[in-house]
Amino acid sequence: MSATPIATGRSTSGIPTGRLAVWWVIASEIVIFGGLLISYIMHRLAHGNWAEQAAHTSTWVGAFNTLVLLSSSLSAVLGHKAADAGDGKKAAKMLYITAFGALTFVCVKAAEWTFEISHGYTITSSTFWSFYYTAAGLHALHVIAGAIIMLIVAQAAKRNQHLNRVELIGLYWHFVDLVWIFLFPLLYIAK
Amino acid sequence: MTEAAVPALHDEQHHEQSFGQKYLWSTDHKMIAMQYLFTGMLMALVGGFMAYAFRMQLAFPGMDVPFYGIVSASEYNALVTNHGTIMIFWVAMPVLLAAFGNFLIPLMIGCDDMVFPKVNRLSYQIFLLSAVVILGSLFVEGGGFAGAWTAYPPLSAKAEYSQTPLGSSLWLVAVALEFVAFLLGGINFITTTMNSRAPGMKFYDIPMVVWMIVIASVLFLVSVGPLIAGAMMLFMDQNVGTAFYDPDRGGDPILWQHLFWFFGHPEVYVVMLPAVGITADVICVFARKKLFAYKTVLYTAFGTGVLSFTVWAHHQFIAGIDPRMAHIFTVTTLLISIPIAEMIFVYIATLYGGSIRLTTPMLWALAFIAEFLIGGVTGIFLGASGADIYLHDTYFVLAHFHYMFYPIAIIGTFAGIAHWFPKMFGRMMNETLGKIHFWLTVIPFNVIFIPLFILGLAGQHRRIYDYTNFPELAIQPLQDLRVLATVALLVMLGAQLIFLYNFFSSMFKGKKAGKNPWNATTLEWTTESPPPHGNWAELPTVYRGPYEYGNPDREDDYWPQNEPV
Amino acid sequence: MSEEVHDTHHGNYVKIWAILVVLLAVSVVGPMFEIRVVTLVTAFGVAIVKAYLVIKHFMHINHTPRFIPYLVVTCLVFMLLFFAAVAPDVMNDTGSGWEKPAWVAEEKAWAAGGGSAGDQHPQP
Repeated sequence: MSATPIATGRSTSGIPTGRLAVWWVIASEIVIFGGLLISYIMHRLAHGNWAEQAAHTSTWVGAFNTLVLLSSSLSAVLGHKAADAGDGKKAAKMLYITAFGALTFVCVKAAEWTFEISHGYTITSSTFWSFYYTAAGLHALHVIAGAIIMLIVAQAAKRNQHLNRVELIGLYWHFVDLVWIFLFPLLYIAK
Repeated sequence: MTEAAVPALHDEQHHEQSFGQKYLWSTDHKMIAMQYLFTGMLMALVGGFMAYAFRMQLAFPGMDVPFYGIVSASEYNALVTNHGTIMIFWVAMPVLLAAFGNFLIPLMIGCDDMVFPKVNRLSYQIFLLSAVVILGSLFVEGGGFAGAWTAYPPLSAKAEYSQTPLGSSLWLVAVALEFVAFLLGGINFITTTMNSRAPGMKFYDIPMVVWMIVIASVLFLVSVGPLIAGAMMLFMDQNVGTAFYDPDRGGDPILWQHLFWFFGHPEVYVVMLPAVGITADVICVFARKKLFAYKTVLYTAFGTGVLSFTVWAHHQFIAGIDPRMAHIFTVTTLLISIPIAEMIFVYIATLYGGSIRLTTPMLWALAFIAEFLIGGVTGIFLGASGADIYLHDTYFVLAHFHYMFYPIAIIGTFAGIAHWFPKMFGRMMNETLGKIHFWLTVIPFNVIFIPLFILGLAGQHRRIYDYTNFPELAIQPLQDLRVLATVALLVMLGAQLIFLYNFFSSMFKGKKAGKNPWNATTLEWTTESPPPHGNWAELPTVYRGPYEYGNPDREDDYWPQNEPV
Repeated sequence: MSEEVHDTHHGNYVKIWAILVVLLAVSVVGPMFEIRVVTLVTAFGVAIVKAYLVIKHFMHINHTPRFIPYLVVTCLVFMLLFFAAVAPDVMNDTGSGWEKPAWVAEEKAWAAGGGSAGDQHPQP
């Protein structure tokens, strides 16, 4: 409707507005995942017998998904580098690769959950599985939302528009990656 | 874009806008502030009506309440639950944080809009949706959520206890949407204040009310996360059949209380700090004096913010929490009264030796200090775990709570509205009506809640539909106090009609205000009233602090922030 | 949008990624020794190292003003505070005036079944 306000272009604190806002988003996300994971950790430490339940998760699937997310983080940061160099085409390509990583992640997750649910480990089986599906599900929602935003940013970046947004979605993506880095040992390795 | 591009941009912005663009789909921070303000006022009427219905039931049990009908026991529970929820999340927060934040931050720091105007609009739209959901939840099958505004499981988690299967889920959805709206709004406030201040405006040149709104937004942002996670878990307990809060199946109900109050206590400061900031600005303007110890107030607010994260379990002293933790939380709770007391002393010191003008906004600000003091002092009793075990869940808690939130959400808001009304609408409010409204609001407020302190000390517990079933509470002297409180409530609610009349008639027929009716120094008073789109033809530059009043070397007793030396 | 002045803080990202993948391999191999300490270190120690690498090299936290890391650390500290104050309630099956009979029974059954005799609250 109206042009971008002058306010948006100012940078009194010495950090561009967009990047500053994304860091605040990340701060708010830290406490959301923090609250959930700390609830889980407390229960986990109190219930020794949850280890039996956790034994039914597949370390290899989890490890593969970790690899996918780590690699997509790499392509996101390479996209940021390309955007800084002014190469919108390459930045968009890197973002598409990242979004493909997100798609792979979600597909693997879907297959994994289908397998587990068909073997009787549903969200109501025990509180461990409740936490397992809730935490991983909340994370998967972030993956999906991030991928959608990434495609929108990539569309614009292809035409060399809003190149600074490549860095912003990248920052968010690294955060999503970080959450998984902690979810992986919490849900899969600790048995 | 550079500052040099300003004039060109503004010509482009001044094109005619259609009605929808201007009022419904606006990205202008002032319009969004008005949307929040009017939605908040509407919700306040709903919340007030609920209070009217259940207070009538308490004073005259079984009565056919005019305009409502007979209040059944389950309706009573739904009414008190939604009164609490609506007054906090749909009145105090949108008005104090969102309406004043949106209106004041860009105007007071000298920029043309929020940094993310579209995110700002989205924030209001999500908020509006949440308001529709909470109002809708009152009319679904089984009625609105009736498990108290703190939503403790198992009452909130199991439909067979709360009897409101759909109402409780909708309540949770509405609260979650409201949090999302305020996260978006809060990030906007913080980023705008950090990045978009007028050239020359340093940290200590920011008006106190802006500081307070920003600190409140930070507190909200950092504290709400665990509750969002907790609300998700509660939602799954309600609808999917998980057992996060069911100890029989491996969960823990106390966890919800911790998640809730970890947010719930900082939330008190989220709504309190903006009101404290409004009071600071109003007092300085009408005492014609510099704020005493600006930096102390600021650091105190930071300290309060940090401390507010360490006190939450004082809401749970009787929930069976670890007694060692109860000791620690008693100490931290008593500690946090120190910064608050300090702020009150600072305000009194600001008043001392000032040339006080008892205008309507000033009366509200002074009332805020006086009433808030009572609220704070009664909090000491509840903060000490020993005394709390007797007083917990009685009307003493309820009266204490209202002595905190009423000054914050009602008195603080009225101070802000009376003070900034000329800037919002370009006209003055009627002072005589304003003063009548003031006295008819503040006196009945005390008459409502002082009896409730006495009832609480007499052992009257909360959330009881009908006290005639309790022989020792049904005695005549106590019943008289209940009737007294209800009558005072009727007077107070009636007095709000004066305010509404004054508000709307002044909006169209009031005296023209001009740019700076109060002779104030902060930046918002240097532009037209109401400010045009883009706020200033040329954005201001700041040369000094926000409260330069009574400088002996100058002819005027005030020295606007943007005036070069 | 504003034009941004970018300092050249781009490093060799592929190298960082390679280190991350090696660390991932370590965390998968760790539990195979079936020594609890090793598992804990390879799982959570490595996760912290990985997180540090991502924050430092991918998110460029060194190239943002100082208050950003402070903000992140503050959020984490509040989470630790939350843990410290809530754990005494949630991690117990009895407290002042209450107990969770189902939890007590579950623990007894699990200990009796040889889950980890003599250790009521084993670390994961």
